[in-house]
Amino acid sequence: MFIGGCLKMLTVANISLVKEKHILKNVSFELARGEILVLLGPSGAGKTSLLRCLNRLDSLDSGNVFLDGTDTRAFPITELRRRIGLIFQAPALIPDTVKKNVCVGPRLAGKNISDEVCQSLLSRVGLESEYCGRNVETLSLGERQRVALAQVLANEPDILLLDEPTSALDPTAILVVETLIQSLHNKLNTAMVLVTHNLEQAKRFNARTLVLADGEVLAEGNIRKLMESNANPKLIQFFEGRMESNELKGS
Amino acid sequence: MASESLLMSYGLVVGAILISLLNQLKMEREMFSSSLRATVQLIVMGFVLEAILAIEEPLYLFLILLSMCVVAGAISGKRGKEIPHSYWIAFAGIFLGSVVTFGVLYAAGVIQPEAQYAIPLGGMIIGNSMKASSLSLNRLIGELGHQRARIETLLALGASSRQAALNAVRQAVGAAMIPTVDTMKTVGLVHFPGIMTGFIIAGGSPMTAVKFQLAIMYMVAGATGITCLTVTLLAYRQCFTCDLQLIKKFSPTH
Repeated sequence: MFIGGCLKMLTVANISLVKEKHILKNVSFELARGEILVLLGPSGAGKTSLLRCLNRLDSLDSGNVFLDGTDTRAFPITELRRRIGLIFQAPALIPDTVKKNVCVGPRLAGKNISDEVCQSLLSRVGLESEYCGRNVETLSLGERQRVALAQVLANEPDILLLDEPTSALDPTAILVVETLIQSLHNKLNTAMVLVTHNLEQAKRFNARTLVLADGEVLAEGNIRKLMESNANPKLIQFFEGRMESNELKGS
Repeated sequence: MASESLLMSYGLVVGAILISLLNQLKMEREMFSSSLRATVQLIVMGFVLEAILAIEEPLYLFLILLSMCVVAGAISGKRGKEIPHSYWIAFAGIFLGSVVTFGVLYAAGVIQPEAQYAIPLGGMIIGNSMKASSLSLNRLIGELGHQRARIETLLALGASSRQAALNAVRQAVGAAMIPTVDTMKTVGLVHFPGIMTGFIIAGGSPMTAVKFQLAIMYMVAGATGITCLTVTLLAYRQCFTCDLQLIKKFSPTH
């Protein structure tokens, strides 16, 4: 029940997903409380599908996912989705004010959140309280991504799933959002799964990394150590191949 | 109206055919065949209606109206092929809209359970309900595809299927009600509806014609409203799995 001395929170055991083709093949990993896990892989590796399965927006064909030792299928689906918050690559916000967007999660559960709580959520994601009344359509992509982050944080999730949160941002905004994610993690100690196709970004997070390709786990460990290691020829070939084809090259 | 007068009015069609011939528009054959078809269809309908209007047994009237609902449901259901059980949903909406409307009109004493009221008014109610059902299904499919990202965001935040689909349902009901709402807004200003025109031509007083027309308009509005709501509320539930996942058929390209 422990990973490196930490209490295990999420266990993914041999999950497979088949649509037109095999999207995920016997993927297994664990996530400890308060840990950041980076999910690295090229486009089409199955990273987004994996997150959707964890949030149960897609159903598994085989395997199990356990949250605190309980199969996620045993949870009421709405409760599970509040506990495992998913932030999409392209946030689809409600065309309304920032406040309305931030409050949507609790409102769906029949709770109201005060202006103070809303402002505190915005401040956590680096937006000033003046943003409350602004229409989301006037915001930049980076700001929209922060509102999406605040929206999920309002549900007080145990785990945050971040699906390439910086893929549509410019280099400066990427660094700002990365710093924000790190600082949120430090403050809240929420477990996070961060999806990226960017090798440099994975290196900057310097966390335990799961390398995914063609729906399979190629390797697991610290990204720097994985890159230095010569033990796995398939992984070396993978890194070299991706680097050459520019798919995993950092921005 | 004398038969000679009717023949003379057909002269207008003959005139249009001659114009087409002289100007080589090549519309004459189609105009002739369609006018002939309309004449035959209406004469046949006249005979059928005479037989139907002679029916006194309420059960037979109900069965005729029920079969009209079944046909309307089958036609409207095709507009929602992407939605599971769309035929049943369309039928349920049309049937409920018609039954409730008829029930209220009968209770209010506006109509009697007689063929001369039930058949023409039933055709009007069921026809309008069918249009409303088709528009609802068509728009709902479009909105679910168009709003897929937003719906999945709400689902991921812990929304129920009702909460996630609420905006799409609103849009679908609003769009399907547009023809009815616009007709009510412009009646008497832009157009004079058929019932009222017919009543006045037949020698009825304009105020009586207005009363009848209002009753018919309320009837159509009620039937279409009930149909739209029933169809969309039944249909959106079919678009989600029991795990609250929006089924894959709805993509933004729809």
